[in-house]
Amino acid sequence: MDALKLELKENIIEQLNLEDMTADDIANDDILFGDGLGLDSIDALELIVMLDKNYGIKLADPKEGRAIFESIDTMAAYIAENRSK
Amino acid sequence: MDNSFYIKSHCRIKNSKISLNTVEVFERETKDFIEFIKAAYKSLDTKYPKFFKMDRLSKLAFIAADVLLKNENLNPEIEQDIAVVLSNKASSLDTDRKHQKAIQDKENYYPSPAVFVYTLPNICIGEISIKYKLYSENSFFIFDSLNAEHLSIYSNSLLETNKAKEVLCGWVELDGDNYDAFLYLVSTKGKIEHTKQNIDKLYKL
Repeated sequence: MDALKLELKENIIEQLNLEDMTADDIANDDILFGDGLGLDSIDALELIVMLDKNYGIKLADPKEGRAIFESIDTMAAYIAENRSK
Repeated sequence: MDNSFYIKSHCRIKNSKISLNTVEVFERETKDFIEFIKAAYKSLDTKYPKFFKMDRLSKLAFIAADVLLKNENLNPEIEQDIAVVLSNKASSLDTDRKHQKAIQDKENYYPSPAVFVYTLPNICIGEISIKYKLYSENSFFIFDSLNAEHLSIYSNSLLETNKAKEVLCGWVELDGDNYDAFLYLVSTKGKIEHTKQNIDKLYKL
């Protein structure tokens, strides 16, 4: 699980162009959207694509993303349970 | 042409250099546009993290506008009555190609929302407008080359009809690592008359 969390942090930094950030700057329970990491609605769409591309998870209802993308912890738990690749 | 308007200031980004009113403010010898523009962002103390999410055309337009507007000492908390009229030749082709590449293979079809949102040239106007609270008129024209006559007539019209107090105007061309930005601020104040001849003259400097 720790390896998955580190992989997620590195992918998020790269995919969302979070310049000058490293995986160490993101705590597992940091809130990703809003006042936390400051991600926006386009970033949320990018994360949905990332789930599909990297882990074979298709979110049927984008509203599900709100809970899944709350933090690295919630993302990793959802991916571990639902991944097909 | 009405000569009561002036080119208050102008910025040029070309050949690894950035100048404001012909005075060089940044130089970085590299052929890599991203390396150049990121170095400029840091050197010019821009402090706007969303810059890194922009496509290349928006990065170019944003830095050119930032150099010009920073010089105006605008209050970032107040809405500015400045129209934005930009133009180029390649439109958003640089990002269009990137998007097209992402959807080319049906077996590996993962269009990026963050790329797709930049597949229009006027998005760069939005980026400038958000940072500087420019909620006035805006237009983006596609020409084969800088069309000083069209831009001057259009800008004068905006000012004469009180659609805006000033116009941020010019050319922002980018395709791959080839880039050329020439932005200028048209105002009722300034020393250079806002004429087609003067626009062309400044562009050719």
